[in-house]
Amino acid sequence: MANDFAVELRDVVKLYGNMAAVDHVSMSIRHNEFFSLLGPSGCGKTTCLRIIAGFERPTSGQVLIDNKIMGLTPPFQRNVNTVFQSYALFPHMTVEQNVAFGLEMKGVSRAEINRRVGEALELVRLPHLAKRYPKQMSGGQQQRVALARALVNRPKVLLLDEPLGALDLKLRKEMQIELKTLQRDVGITFIYVTHDQEEALTMSDRIAVMSHGKALQIGSPLEIYERPTCKFVADFIGETNFLEGRVTAVNGEFATLTIRNGYVFTGRRVNGLQVGEVATLSVRPEKMQLVEHPVEGSANTYEVTVFSIAYVGSDTRVIINLGDQRLDVWEQNSTSTLNPDDYFFKPGEKAWLTFKPENALVLAQ
Amino acid sequence: MLQTIRERRGLQVLGLMLPGGFWLIVFFALPLALIFAISLMSRDELSRPALPLTLANYQQTFDPLYINLFLFSIGLSLLTTLITLIIAFPVALFMARLPRRWRTVMTLLVMIPFWTNFLVRTYALQFLMRANGPINTLLLNLGLIHEPIQMLSTPFAVLVGLVYGELPFMILPLYTSLEKFDWSIVEAAQDLGADALRTLVRVVLPLTAPGILAGSILVFVPSVGSYITVELMGGGKINMIGRVIAQQFGQSGNWPFGSAISLILMVVVTVAALVYFRIGRGERSAL
Ligand SMILES: Nc1ncnc2c1ncn2[C@@H]1O[C@H](COP(=O)(O)OP(=O)(O)O)[C@@H](O)[C@H]1O
Ligand SMILES: [Mg+2]
Repeated sequence: MANDFAVELRDVVKLYGNMAAVDHVSMSIRHNEFFSLLGPSGCGKTTCLRIIAGFERPTSGQVLIDNKIMGLTPPFQRNVNTVFQSYALFPHMTVEQNVAFGLEMKGVSRAEINRRVGEALELVRLPHLAKRYPKQMSGGQQQRVALARALVNRPKVLLLDEPLGALDLKLRKEMQIELKTLQRDVGITFIYVTHDQEEALTMSDRIAVMSHGKALQIGSPLEIYERPTCKFVADFIGETNFLEGRVTAVNGEFATLTIRNGYVFTGRRVNGLQVGEVATLSVRPEKMQLVEHPVEGSANTYEVTVFSIAYVGSDTRVIINLGDQRLDVWEQNSTSTLNPDDYFFKPGEKAWLTFKPENALVLAQ
Repeated sequence: MLQTIRERRGLQVLGLMLPGGFWLIVFFALPLALIFAISLMSRDELSRPALPLTLANYQQTFDPLYINLFLFSIGLSLLTTLITLIIAFPVALFMARLPRRWRTVMTLLVMIPFWTNFLVRTYALQFLMRANGPINTLLLNLGLIHEPIQMLSTPFAVLVGLVYGELPFMILPLYTSLEKFDWSIVEAAQDLGADALRTLVRVVLPLTAPGILAGSILVFVPSVGSYITVELMGGGKINMIGRVIAQQFGQSGNWPFGSAISLILMVVVTVAALVYFRIGRGERSAL
C-alpha cells in the first residue's frame, strides 16, 4: 500500500488560548522507523506526542495510527505506549508489578504475564531488580523500567518523551546506543522527542525539526544537516556561519550573493531564490579552508585576517575577520606534532579563506 | 566550659518541653486520671462519686443493652465514614483539578459552613426534614408521595446529620493528598490500557490512602461519640453511646458509670485508629 504509515498527522493544530502549541503539522511516520521530534524547549514536541497518545485533542486536523483515524479514541484504546519524561512509574508497585500492569489491563493470563514480564526485564537487563520499588532505584534504572513497562505490551508505536533527559552524559550516551539497538531488534516504530541535536542525529532514521509549533523540515539526519531548507534548521543543527546579502546572480542550482561589505559568494540555491531577493549564505565551519596560497580564479576565495585560534584536540577552531565580518573556520588536525606553530596560523596573520560553492547554501531570509 | 554548654543545652530542652508538657498534663493526663478514678468509684446517697472502689461500672457496660448501643454507634459511624468518603472523593478530585486560584475559592467554600454555629446548622437541617418541611412539601407537590415521610427521629436522620456535619473533615484531607498527586501517573495507567474505573482502583486510591485514612479517622472518631446531632436529629428516640454518656453526667447523675463508658469508648476508638493506621502504613511503606 502506498499510504501505509505507522502514524500520520494531517494538518494538526493545537491551540492553547490563542497560542498555537502545534501549528499545522503534517508528518507521516513509516513502520519500524526511528523518528525524532527535535526542537528547542517549548516548541511543541511534547504536545505532538500527547496528541498522538490521545491525552490532548487536536484543535483541528487528524491523527491516524496504523492507518485508522483516531478521532476521539481514548488513550487506553490506542495501540501506542508512552515512555514519559518523568517516567511516571507507579510508586506503590514493584518493578515487576509496574511492568505487568499493561498486560493485566489487557486480560493476559498469569502464566503469559510472568513470562513476558521476565522477557521484558531481561531485555532492559534488570531481572535482578524485579522486586524493588521505583524509589529504591537510580534514574537510569527507573528509565529502563519505564521502557520495559511500555515495550512489554508490544505496541505498534512507542512514544518517548526525552527519555534520557534526566541522565548524566555518560549514561545517556550508553542508553542512546542501547535504545537504538533495541528498536532495531524489536522492530517497533519509535517516535522520539529530544532537544539534543546530537542525540537526534545519531539515533534517528528521520528527524522533524520543530520551532514555534511548526515542523520546519522533515528528513534524514544527512538531509537535515547537509541541506537545511531554512535558516532556523541550519542554525539549530550543528554550527554555521551566516552572511547576509542580496542575490545578484542565479545560475541553475547555484545563486550568487553580494553581502553587506561588498564581498561576493556563491552557494547552492535553496527555496527558488531569484535575483534581487534578500538572502543568507550559510556555510559550516568545517566546510571552509584557510590556505597560504589560493588556487588562481577559484570562487569564494578572499584574503582574511586571523583573529584567534583555539586548539581543541581533533581540530583547531579559528576565528577570522573578513572585512568587518567575523567567521568560524574549523581545521582538522590531521597530522600530529608538538609544535604549537604547526597548528596553522597565528592571530594577526593574513591567510586566504576558500570554500566550494557546493559546500554553502543560499537560504531565504 | 563544655560542661556549662551541656547544662545550658539540657536546660534549653527542658525549657522547650515545658509549655507543651504543661498543657498535656493539665488538659489531658489529669482529666483522664480523674475519669479513670471516678470510673472505679461507687455512689453515695446523694449520687456523688464515693468510695469504696468497685468494678461494677465496667460490668454494667457489658450489659447487652450497652453492647448493642456500642455496636449501633460504631455501625452508624462506619456508614457515615463510608458515605462521606463516597461524596467527598469526587468533590476533592474536582477541586484538585481546578486551576490554582479556583482551588483556594473552593477550599473557602468548603470551610464557610464552619463559620455558622453548628447548632444553628443542625436546626436548619432538622427544619428541612420536618414532616411539613421543604423536602416533604416538595415531594408531596410533585405527587411522588401521598403523605409526609417521617424522616426525623430515625437513624436515617442521624446519619444525614452526621454526614452533613463531618463532610468537610473528609473533603479537606482528601483534597490535600489529591492536590499533591502526580497526574502523569494516571496518564501512564491510561496509556497502559486502564479505563477510568481501573485507574481509580489500581492507582489513584492506593496512592491517596494517607488522605483517605486521615479523613476517615477525622470523621469516624467524632461520629462515634457524637451527642448534639443524635439529640437533635434523633428527636430523643435514637440513642447512641455519646448520648448515653451525656445522660450519665447529666440527668442520671451517674458519674462513675459515665466515666466507665467514656473510657471504654476511648479504648474502642484508639484500637480502631491503630488498626486503621497499621493498614495504612502497609499501603504507604512502598511510597
Ligand atoms: N496545558 C497547557 N496549557 C497551556 N499551554 C500549554 C499547555 N501545554 C503546553 N503548553 C504550551 O505549549 C507550548 C509547547 O509546549 P510543549 O509541547 O510542552 O513543548 P516542548 O515539549 O517542545 O518543550 C509551550 O509554549 C507551552 O507553554
Ligand atoms: Mg517537552
